[in-house]
Amino acid sequence: MDQAEEEKVFQERVDAEEKIEPKDWMPDKYRKTLIRQISQHAHSEVIGMQPEGNWLTRAPTLHRKAVLLAKVQDEGGHGLYLYSAAETMGVSREEMIDDLHEERAKYASIFNYPTLTWSDIGAIGWLVDSAAIVNQISLQRTSYGPYARAMVRICKEESFHQRQGYNIMMTLMRGSDEQKAMAQDSVDRFWWPVLMMFGPHDSDSVHSAQNMKWKIKRQSNDDLRQKFIDQTVEQANAIGITLPDPDLKWNEERGHYDFGEIDWEEFRRSMSGGGPCSRLRLAHHRQVHEEGEWVREAMRVYENKKRSNQEAA
Amino acid sequence: MTSHTQLYEIFIRSQRGLDHKHVGSLHADDAEQALQYARDVYTRRSEGVSIWAVKSSDIAASQESDCGSFYDPLDDKPYRHASHYDLPDEVKSL
Ligand SMILES: [Fe+2]
Ligand SMILES: [Fe+2]
Repeated sequence: MDQAEEEKVFQERVDAEEKIEPKDWMPDKYRKTLIRQISQHAHSEVIGMQPEGNWLTRAPTLHRKAVLLAKVQDEGGHGLYLYSAAETMGVSREEMIDDLHEERAKYASIFNYPTLTWSDIGAIGWLVDSAAIVNQISLQRTSYGPYARAMVRICKEESFHQRQGYNIMMTLMRGSDEQKAMAQDSVDRFWWPVLMMFGPHDSDSVHSAQNMKWKIKRQSNDDLRQKFIDQTVEQANAIGITLPDPDLKWNEERGHYDFGEIDWEEFRRSMSGGGPCSRLRLAHHRQVHEEGEWVREAMRVYENKKRSNQEAA
Repeated sequence: MTSHTQLYEIFIRSQRGLDHKHVGSLHADDAEQALQYARDVYTRRSEGVSIWAVKSSDIAASQESDCGSFYDPLDDKPYRHASHYDLPDEVKSL
């Protein structure tokens, strides 16, 4: 088959809702886009462990600490599922980590914001994980098989993440005035960055048309963002949290909530490495990676020794 | 950086009586370590009662596209399917 024919077969398979599997022919651009997207997704899971890990030693009770530890461990697992999915496309783990360290690869800018108070952990679990889930539920239907399957596994684990976060917020909102103020302050700081997690408006999104045609993406940024807002308002009301947007109100005609303008300048600043903690996040990742080198070295030596023993036997 | 560990495919039996099912892959130094990693990565919520770890390089895989003849018999031997045989109306189960 020539290139055009291969491409036709590929598109027909995608149109028929069949999954693309690792050994199938696929357009170069499809492979590149997915490697970029899946590895960025993996980096986000792993870098996301840092802002939450920041509170592990200071969680207010032993129970909260155990819960947070389990949650952060899950995120490390999500990173691994996703790195393996990316590896099926022929990129190695080492290359991906290298790209992260050399700043050729990005991760979700939301993790460049600091976690200043305990209630930030509640706000992250509730809002950041909820937003991630809306996106990931949609990606369960993405056209690349290994990515779709990783999403199914991840979504199963995510629901506890958002609930433990919401539970932290609910508990604080039933507490003292200071606790309520602390919870509200976290939402005030995280609300807009969370809305930016869904990416630019559809009208400004450069790759969307092609990604929709290849079914890498199944729903547009704006649709996903709207879905998240619609479901979150009720949850906020139920515990007395005010979402910091004066334009947020129900639109009977649209059947959705209207909301205010997003400050994309802020988004661009945080995406180009200007976010408050970006240097810290990468420096920490590099440092831990370097500090683990002796373990990898020991494994290499052990493996070589075992191999030469086997050969001698 | 160089890759020093091997890739393992992980299969998990979620419950007695069911088949092992492929769940993903991971890097490990040897089979024993692959099992330990698989336990941490894929079975944090008792998703499995048994884990298989198989070196990815040991798997021989057929390709849908380049061996159609592999599966052809399914189409030209319909007598292999029970639905190929008509039963008299009076027979309710066979
Ligand atoms: Fe996650
Ligand atoms: Fe999560």
